[in-house]
Amino acid sequence: MFKWLHPLAKPETLYHFCRLCYPWLMAAALLLLALGNIWGLAFTPPDYQQGDSYRIIHLHVPSAIMSMGTYSAMAIAAFTALVWQVKTAQWAALALAPIGAVYTAIALLTGMAWGKPMWGTWWVWDARLTSELILLFLYLGVIALSGAFSDRQTGAKAASLLAVVGVINLPIIHFSVEWWNTLHQGASITKFARPSIDASMLWPLLISILAFKVLMLALLCLRLRTAILVNEQHRPWVKALAGER
Amino acid sequence: MLSRRQKRLSAVVLVLTLLGGAVAAMLYALQQNIDLFYTPSQLVEGLGKDKIKPVVGQRLRIGGMVVEGSVKRDPNSLKVSFDLIDTGPIVTVTYNGILPDLFREGQGIVAQGVLLDPVTIAASEVLAKHDEEYMPPEVAEALKGIRHVPPSQQQKADGGY
Repeated sequence: MFKWLHPLAKPETLYHFCRLCYPWLMAAALLLLALGNIWGLAFTPPDYQQGDSYRIIHLHVPSAIMSMGTYSAMAIAAFTALVWQVKTAQWAALALAPIGAVYTAIALLTGMAWGKPMWGTWWVWDARLTSELILLFLYLGVIALSGAFSDRQTGAKAASLLAVVGVINLPIIHFSVEWWNTLHQGASITKFARPSIDASMLWPLLISILAFKVLMLALLCLRLRTAILVNEQHRPWVKALAGER
Repeated sequence: MLSRRQKRLSAVVLVLTLLGGAVAAMLYALQQNIDLFYTPSQLVEGLGKDKIKPVVGQRLRIGGMVVEGSVKRDPNSLKVSFDLIDTGPIVTVTYNGILPDLFREGQGIVAQGVLLDPVTIAASEVLAKHDEEYMPPEVAEALKGIRHVPPSQQQKADGGY
């Protein structure tokens, strides 16, 4: 099953794979982003209670979902790096951390901008908001820890362990609105029942979620390429590549 | 004999299970402290197994549905009082200030304030809670029979608060 993945553990193959994928992913991401956001922000009907303010959902929900999605991807890569000692997985985990941190920051900031007009407050220490803030700190912790050691290997290992352990926070974020009384409302689409959002608003939202996901993959390709070149700079194939230009 | 890879795998899984268990136990122990607010029935009947009731004078948050027809406004000031309900008991909230746009009868709200007597709270802050349902006004009218009136026009429709 993983046969097609094995060659990609080799840095040189992975570098060329990323270079091949990047332009397609980036083009798709920009296209979907433009489609989802313009449709969602300008052409969907207003909400029956919240009027036009609800439109921030088209930024808030995709970034919040992908802040958790990126974290799972980072944790899986870190787990692979720790157990099977695949160095490309290690670089991928560290490449994902800043992307996820920015998604988390977008989710928190758009949430605050939404909370002020609707709830009446920028911030409240309820379980959902607090656990999402902890997710941001986890990302920042992973980034800081990876650079905190003079030996890059040790730093990467410590950061990977933190990334894997932090996975515990993901179910807490997702179920916080069910386990406790929160100001934040329950899930609209990430549940097994029918989405409690009208189809005219749901479609652009799903497109935006897909766009954020593809954008994450595109940025991962870009950052992973850089990481490979930095880490393999003394290898002959990198020198040959640099000589070409 | 375990290989080095299997040793690493079991070590990581062990760390994850132990930490997961510790966090789960911690959250379970803190269960009531993580709740943002009391519901009216928790306030009246007591919270948890021990039925702990908050004491008069305690600062707390209360969350519930605004009872239809219970909002009373003072014509000369911003003072307002309303009743909150969840499954049975009713709690009265008094507030002096501007209510959020989403505040309506039948709407969920969270109020922070001081307990004046076992069922009355003097709120210093009122936040509106909204549910996870999003739909255009026409759909809401067809589905729920809710006629959406923007807050700016509401005053005229109701004869002015």
